[in-house]
Amino acid sequence: MTGPKARTRDLHVRLLALVLIVLGASVCWYKNAYLGLPLRPGEDTETWTVQAQLVLEARRKPVKASLLVPREPPGFVVLDEDFISGGFGLAVETEGGVRRASWAVRRASGPQTLYYRLSLARTEVETAKDGPVPKYPPKPEYAEPYGSAVRGILDEVREESADIATFTRELLLRLSSPAADENVHLIREGIDDPNEWALRVVDILRGARIPSRIAYGLRLGDSRNQARLEPLLVVHNEKQWIYFDLESGERGLPPGFLIWYEGDAPLIEAEGVSKLPEIVFSVTRTYREVVEVARRRAGQRGSRLIEFSLLSLPVNLQNVYRILLMVPLGALLMVVLRNVVGLRTFGTFMPILIALAFRETQLLWGIILFVLLVGLGLGFRFYLEQLRLLLVPRLAAVLTIVLIVMAAISIFSAQAGMQRGLSVALFPMVILAMVIERMSIVWEEHGPAEAMIQGLGSLVVASLGYLVMTQPLLIHLVFVFPEVLLVVLGIVLLLGRYTGYRLSELWRFRSAVQDSP
Amino acid sequence: MIFARPSQLRALGIVGMNERNSAYVMEYNRRRLYPLVDDKLQTKQLAQANGIAVPELYGVISIQYETRELPKIVATHESFVLKPSQGAGGDGVLVVAGRAGESYRLVNGTIVTDEALEYHLSRIISGMFSLGGLPDKALVEYMVKFDPLFESVSYQGVPDIRVIVFRSMPVAAMVRLPTRRSGGKANLHQGAVGAGVDIASGVTTHGVLGNARVANHPETGVPIGGIAIPHWPTILELSARCADLVGLGYLGVDIVLDRDLGPLVLELNARPGLNVQLANRIGLREGLERIENLSEIPSAIEERVALAQSLASDLRPAG
Repeated sequence: MTGPKARTRDLHVRLLALVLIVLGASVCWYKNAYLGLPLRPGEDTETWTVQAQLVLEARRKPVKASLLVPREPPGFVVLDEDFISGGFGLAVETEGGVRRASWAVRRASGPQTLYYRLSLARTEVETAKDGPVPKYPPKPEYAEPYGSAVRGILDEVREESADIATFTRELLLRLSSPAADENVHLIREGIDDPNEWALRVVDILRGARIPSRIAYGLRLGDSRNQARLEPLLVVHNEKQWIYFDLESGERGLPPGFLIWYEGDAPLIEAEGVSKLPEIVFSVTRTYREVVEVARRRAGQRGSRLIEFSLLSLPVNLQNVYRILLMVPLGALLMVVLRNVVGLRTFGTFMPILIALAFRETQLLWGIILFVLLVGLGLGFRFYLEQLRLLLVPRLAAVLTIVLIVMAAISIFSAQAGMQRGLSVALFPMVILAMVIERMSIVWEEHGPAEAMIQGLGSLVVASLGYLVMTQPLLIHLVFVFPEVLLVVLGIVLLLGRYTGYRLSELWRFRSAVQDSP
Repeated sequence: MIFARPSQLRALGIVGMNERNSAYVMEYNRRRLYPLVDDKLQTKQLAQANGIAVPELYGVISIQYETRELPKIVATHESFVLKPSQGAGGDGVLVVAGRAGESYRLVNGTIVTDEALEYHLSRIISGMFSLGGLPDKALVEYMVKFDPLFESVSYQGVPDIRVIVFRSMPVAAMVRLPTRRSGGKANLHQGAVGAGVDIASGVTTHGVLGNARVANHPETGVPIGGIAIPHWPTILELSARCADLVGLGYLGVDIVLDRDLGPLVLELNARPGLNVQLANRIGLREGLERIENLSEIPSAIEERVALAQSLASDLRPAG
């Protein structure tokens, strides 16, 4: 049935299709899994806007104030960040593991308000922070009897732990245990503030020569106006920094915990003010489109894939491509309907263009208008036949008539207040004129039945095309993952070497199997 | 049974449209050779130059004003045929069977004027019937006086014999018999009856109308099978020579039997249809594969036809 040349070609096409499909699918997968682009349209994701408000009391003198702000907070992606500084000059610099925003003004008086605003979304992938391995801290000189209590606890904990992480966990559990022994009571004495407690834990760990520090951050949840920074213990296990919850001893960054800064640098510094400025944190939870969040995330990760995507186009052009990118899917449908099903239509891709027009008119109105236009045009075309015009003038005449009928339908439906009727203007009139011409020839040469079969076939394909090309899920997929078109191309190539029977042939050749057993 | 199952069709060796296109038409027919068969004027000139019998060409009309020349061209001919040079499926063919005073009598009895024929010519020239609507030429040629053999199984029009030739070897054939429904045209899609012809013997086998089997002609009621076609070896030789001439590996050759002139080549087709399978109640694949497996095709025409006939002799209808 097939010669060696044909087999080589089959193999060639299959390999090419395979490459295209695998390439398209893997780019899609990458964009979905790593950049977080959603597979479904209209998905929203939780985002938070955190605002730090700093109120200064100026005394008609130069004022300088600085605030530590988050630096690539782990577990989050920064969508937006802005500083509202009034008349102040602003400088942001990163130094010694912290990021500091400094405001300065030559002269100010009365209360001054500075804002720092940050929009964030959670991200699944942990961004591991490297840094230099810290030195072992020197053993502090503890006062007695506190010192003996600390040593007692450290000895007990050392007995029951294997490494730094388990040591820290065991220590935290022991220190916060409700059934505390005397040593613990002694250590906990006089502490009623979580920040002080955190400092004490760091102090105790220093007794075991374990490098540790405190991370301050916010728990992002529901919207809140008076949020407070909470401490989190960070311990270095000779490989990396590990977070521990001070109360529960649980290891790892708690979900939704935004690290504002780490270490013992002061959060706020100010000069030329009457008292230390107050800071108020507020958290607002909002929802944003996943696509938008993914774009920022990709930008932060340095992925240029999204930068060079359709999402970077101006919005009006994006909308054009939303429609145009559906055309190959319509063409794929056309290939299936013609080569696998075996439908007969006028023109190869005419039904797809009609389907595009149906997008504007909606299906029912589209079909009504199409039938009306083709019907009237056909009537006129039969009348023209008697005048015996040459081909091109006749086509031009049909085209003109189609346009006049379109305008008339628009005017009448405007008068009658039917909005849908107006959209007839979006029908491709040249295509319609060609359909009318083709249909009239088929009508004359092969009879009305054949003309109706092909006309109906075209209408069925156009309607199916409309249904496919208006699927929100497909529109979203093709627009956000244009790589899908490579997959479509691969499938079209494969179908281009399809040599099996068409569905219509199973009908056509049915008499061949009538008498066979 | 409503639909055939693919496995059943495969078992019968039926070739589908997709397979015909990719495994035979695209594999064996080089596209640059298509104009030779798509343009009937070129086909005719090529055939004449190589001594292949064709209906005589009276004239070619390729410009609008030449349509007025028609009366002069046909002045000495009682009957004639107008056809587009690049038409397909018999569209645009007008058969003038005789005169009625100043007017012409068409084969279906309609009387038409000069003016009507000129309009028809200008429609042909403007590309109305050509593939893709490109400007075309109109051929004025001899009207075949068809052999009385098929008179009892034809309704008006001229029956023709379609031979499928693969690698210059005849592989299948059928006779196309006009009916009332086909308007005297020998086109199966327009309602003509197809009758399978056994390549080995040249005797008609079964009939097919549309996609259904028929035993008798729908108008005349005469059985379709069992008619021995005269000049059969000549018909096969003509077909094989046509394939050599145009260099197409998969070709349909349409031949008419003229009462006086014998077999004449009417036209060639680079994408012959698949109804020949229904008419013969046997798929094409077996025959095509046998020829495809031949390492060498004999160059002598008689030898080739004899080989084709022997290859086809044990292909029996599966139905």
